Amino acid sequence: MTAHPTGVNDVSYLEYKGKHKGLMSWIFSTDHKRIGVLYLISMLTFFAVGVTFGFLMRLELIAPGPTIMDPQTYNSIFTLHGVIMIFLFIIPGLPAVFGNFFLPIMIGAKDVSFPRLNLLSWWLFLIGGLLAIVSVFLPGGPADTGWTFYIPYSVRSGTNVMPALMAAFILGFSSILTGLNFVTTVHRLRTKGMGWFKLPLFIWSLYSTAWIQVLATPIIGITLLLVVFERWMGFGIFDPALGGDPVLYQHLFWIYSHPAVYIMILPAMGVISEIIPVFARRTIFGYKFIAFSSVAIALLGSLVWAHHMFTVGMSGTAMFIFSLLTFIVAIPSAIKVFNWVATLYKGSIYTDPPMLYALAFIFLFSIGGFTGLMQGALSVNLHIHDTSFIVAHFHYVMFGGTGFGIFAAMHYWWPKMFGRKYKMRPAKVAFWLLFVGFNVLYFPMFVMGWLGMPRRYYDYLPEYTPYHRLSTIGSWILITGLIIMFYNLYSALRKGEKTTEENIWGGETLEWRAKTPPPLENFEDLPEVSEAPYEYKENDLVNEKELEEVH
Amino acid sequence: MTQDHHNHETQHNHPGYGIYFLVWFALLVLTGITVTVAGIDFGNLTVATALTVACIKSYLVLTIFMHLKVENPVFKVFVWVALFFLIVSLVLLFTDYSFI
Repeated sequence: MTAHPTGVNDVSYLEYKGKHKGLMSWIFSTDHKRIGVLYLISMLTFFAVGVTFGFLMRLELIAPGPTIMDPQTYNSIFTLHGVIMIFLFIIPGLPAVFGNFFLPIMIGAKDVSFPRLNLLSWWLFLIGGLLAIVSVFLPGGPADTGWTFYIPYSVRSGTNVMPALMAAFILGFSSILTGLNFVTTVHRLRTKGMGWFKLPLFIWSLYSTAWIQVLATPIIGITLLLVVFERWMGFGIFDPALGGDPVLYQHLFWIYSHPAVYIMILPAMGVISEIIPVFARRTIFGYKFIAFSSVAIALLGSLVWAHHMFTVGMSGTAMFIFSLLTFIVAIPSAIKVFNWVATLYKGSIYTDPPMLYALAFIFLFSIGGFTGLMQGALSVNLHIHDTSFIVAHFHYVMFGGTGFGIFAAMHYWWPKMFGRKYKMRPAKVAFWLLFVGFNVLYFPMFVMGWLGMPRRYYDYLPEYTPYHRLSTIGSWILITGLIIMFYNLYSALRKGEKTTEENIWGGETLEWRAKTPPPLENFEDLPEVSEAPYEYKENDLVNEKELEEVH
Repeated sequence: MTQDHHNHETQHNHPGYGIYFLVWFALLVLTGITVTVAGIDFGNLTVATALTVACIKSYLVLTIFMHLKVENPVFKVFVWVALFFLIVSLVLLFTDYSFI
């Protein structure tokens, strides 16, 4: 171990004075924790933009016919809502923010393997994000293709498709660099005694995610670049008018974009696996099964992409194979859900905000998962393809799953990250508003989708009005919950009760052995690990007396 | 911010400059072959020839320039995993095309 300059670990990473001052000390910092916070701020800013677009879409759909915008604006808004939420919020949400912040701490390292590459990936993220936003204001108007950029429309559309494509391309590089960093860090920088089966489950999920980021993202990179060339020079690879194959585009797009949904959900599953044992005071049930199911999801999830394309006229062989694989990929997800529930069984359950979000995750993700299986069946898929049933399904998985996972992580780690406690009551009120608002917003979409309401439509027949109206009311409840939640977390930073308590919730993983907030190099001396990460029975760190103090 | 106890693992006997120049020369020759072959009509074999030459070139770059030959076995595993997924993706992709 190299000797560190005196004083490095005397103060927290927030107070540490490096080479630069003020804003520069953040945007040029190679400290993984500061980079995590940079990601958090930028990601939440983009999230606010995405939520605004979602809110406007719902407002437009409150009644049939034109309400607050014209059809072209509506097309652009759902495109931007998708691009921003997917590429700028859910994909980087957990790995880039909480992975960056906690991966090195949880494996007992001082930083990630390549700190400079880490900073570069944030810069790329910012540049890509800004390019996506700028494309809205450039002449030509925002892209209106949907976040999938399907050919041939994305070649023909006169809107700013090029900047949007380039933005997604650049963001892909940011994702690859983060993945590369995490794979290397997990292999090389685990502390003494931290064997593979002593890794916290959040790390297993980040590790699996990182592999998908490294292997699958280049495919979307080259595909988007080909679309750029197609628009620019008329290559004729995808455009049928030039002899190209538009279905090939869909294959290439989903070869990345389906594994990408696992990039989104796997880290959230990792967070839930961290929170449940802590708030149920029980060793996680089936550690190895959860760990290997993350790897299995990463592997199998890469082989199911064409279930997005059952209606495009694929060969019968392909339809059969992809439907079968889709059913198989549900198994590892189900293993996780069963293990979480088994962990709760006979546990001492504390319903603090992180746990509430974790429980909501299980409930909402299960609905999202099951409706996903329904679509894996070829016959049902033909009926509900491109209806709002799909919109409901992926919002249940992506928002009810990953979104709530991000909120759970925020409430779980916020005091550790900033040394400030948030208020419990507003956090719980916000949770219930979010939970109720979410279901009121998205559940009607299942029903109307089943009845035939197409997705991405600006107008609808009068019989769908009650569902749309209910859904829009749900969006208002949801946004009220979001405002309360974010205000509560923000006011904790400004005037929340300060804490230097190391183990805030009674967790067993290494981040709870670091100071609050952690110093630059995370630990005074790198910790040694001698037992598995969730040993509540054999560890006297958490006894009843201490628990009483926490609650 | 590196951890020193890992450094000893990265010490390997790398091939000398002579080998590097030889491989570079081989790559140039192979590129020449690809270009030449593109001008001859081999029918169905044109693509196969180009891909074979490309595979040989990739092999040379990976093993010699990227040190895979002398590196820790774990890196070889990584490359095989990536290749395996590429192959599986291609096979699955081609299930959608009529010649399978």
